[in-house]
Amino acid sequence: MSEPLIEIRQVSKSYGNTLILEDMSLSIYDGEFLTLLGPSGCGKTTLLRMISGFEQPDAGEIYIAGRCVNQLPPQQRDVHTVFQSYALFPHLSVFENVAFALRCKKIADSEVRTRVMEALSLVQLEQFAERGIQQLSGGQQQRVAIARAIVNRPQVLLLDEPLSSLDYSLRKAMQSELKQLQKTLNMTFIFVTHDQEEALSMSDRIVILNQGKIAQIGTPRSVYETPRNRYVASFIGEANIFDIDVQNVNGKSLQTIVENVSLSCPNTGDFQAGDRLHLIVRPEDIRVWGLSEIENSDGMLPGKITEIIYKGSTVDLKVKLASGKIISASEFFDEDDDKLEYSPNENVWVQWLPGWEVLLPYEN
Amino acid sequence: MKTKAYSVYILYIWLFLFSFLPLLLVLAVSVLSKDSNKLVTLPLTLSNYAGLFTPVFAKILLRSVLIALLTTGLCLLVAYPFSYFMIKSRHRSLLLLLIIIPFWTSSLIRTYALIAILKYKGLLNALLLKWHIIDAPLSLLYSNFAVISGLVYNLFPFMVLPIVNNMERFDFRLLEAAQDLGASRWAAFTRVFLPGTAAGVLSGCILVFLPAMTLFYIPNVLGGARSILLGNLIQNQFLVLEDWPQGAATSAVLTAILLLLLACYRQQNKGRAR
Repeated sequence: MSEPLIEIRQVSKSYGNTLILEDMSLSIYDGEFLTLLGPSGCGKTTLLRMISGFEQPDAGEIYIAGRCVNQLPPQQRDVHTVFQSYALFPHLSVFENVAFALRCKKIADSEVRTRVMEALSLVQLEQFAERGIQQLSGGQQQRVAIARAIVNRPQVLLLDEPLSSLDYSLRKAMQSELKQLQKTLNMTFIFVTHDQEEALSMSDRIVILNQGKIAQIGTPRSVYETPRNRYVASFIGEANIFDIDVQNVNGKSLQTIVENVSLSCPNTGDFQAGDRLHLIVRPEDIRVWGLSEIENSDGMLPGKITEIIYKGSTVDLKVKLASGKIISASEFFDEDDDKLEYSPNENVWVQWLPGWEVLLPYEN
Repeated sequence: MKTKAYSVYILYIWLFLFSFLPLLLVLAVSVLSKDSNKLVTLPLTLSNYAGLFTPVFAKILLRSVLIALLTTGLCLLVAYPFSYFMIKSRHRSLLLLLIIIPFWTSSLIRTYALIAILKYKGLLNALLLKWHIIDAPLSLLYSNFAVISGLVYNLFPFMVLPIVNNMERFDFRLLEAAQDLGASRWAAFTRVFLPGTAAGVLSGCILVFLPAMTLFYIPNVLGGARSILLGNLIQNQFLVLEDWPQGAATSAVLTAILLLLLACYRQQNKGRAR
């Protein structure tokens, strides 16, 4: 890849005695859609506010386009923000809200007009230009906030949980629109959210934050399929986590015991006999069989169905294993198994294919 | 529902008896003639209004407006930054209390107290002399300066309270948004903060300007004989000259001017709400 557009170099920040960001380094490349994902209080908004210039790092530097911006106030950074609260100016019309950045640069009226209308057309609000802000719905205000932030064509657009106050269907629609907009403008988007589903569906890369540190950086697929630690595994998507001990290692596979059943799986992490590990299986990777469907139950765990949730394309099951542990399983309706008939309290066999699990070092 | 309707009626009756009826009386008296025994008498006449078209009245009106404007301007100049620091301060409620406490004392008494500060051998002159800012005491009392000081001092809270109220509701995240979009601090102030708090400023100005036009005891106490304002003029016409019709006509004109200002204010507000 080319030179990064934004570089966070060993940045730390604390408020009083609370450490918000700890020695964080991160490179963000031109034109990418990067998501900062984490629960509230993980430092994602603080990081965003440092890039926009509203917070100063206690230590470390932030570079934008090769220039250290630590001393640069927000108004001199080529970075605009879409705020969670939208922060639209209530005394100005839609047009003047969007024109604000251009007016600050004292751009001629005729050019302001073309550029504002262009920005409004990108968010399909041309016909609302002369309206007041209070006359718009929440979704329309959101679009004005986006138009206002892109009208000046900044190098980087920061989006601070911009969709969190929209209802579900509107949020879905805005997600794909934002993604589309980012491609059209070929602009770098840094998107903050606590919604992992949103992060997975929109991002080129996801930065997962945990208590001021980066837990993992990667494409949506890589963080979902190969989480690097237990936190990422359980934060992104649903995960069934078993704590296991490696019995012995032969060649490229290892032997272990899960719920009193001996299993063999690929040794993906160069683990040694005696290591304590987390074995992680996604619900959709688990197969649940009725007793009558199975002749040879080698490598399968016995369990009992406790909950059945019909979801249209899937059936989500909760299965209680012999030890009392409850796991989740999602069964898809497909041509191989179109019946998928389960009943509560039914005894079943639970299985996943070797290699579909993820093995991670044990964490306390 | 019934009780609510009754209380509304009581309000209307109150307004009718003590506001509308006296106003009608003033209007009625203003078109009657002066009578030294019965105060007023027939015939009906418009000569009281005609009597107002004199250079003397025009001069007094102009001076009253100027002094009221100056008072409003000074109040605003101090109250706007004061309000800002007040809402940003941790001691907001204490500051608010300090503004309100003097109100528990009669405004007339506080105006007399100003004499002690402003008089020839008063507190202010003593301090200025002590700090060697002046060589001889200034005659501050019985001047426009004293009148304006008195008005500003008495009316200051009427400017502060609506502005504070307005600034408290201002969303300060808007200033961050403005700076984020490239506005300097000054531009963020003039383009976002000032328009955002303009309604409070306007309310404050009205609340200061209207009484500044009519308060008669402050010019009476601090202004001496030379600085007659509209309020004093009316007071003199009623009590000194005992020319009730003339006084009523002056009052009616003053009321008309103030109503006109209020109408402008309401029009402005309607435009804002649209």
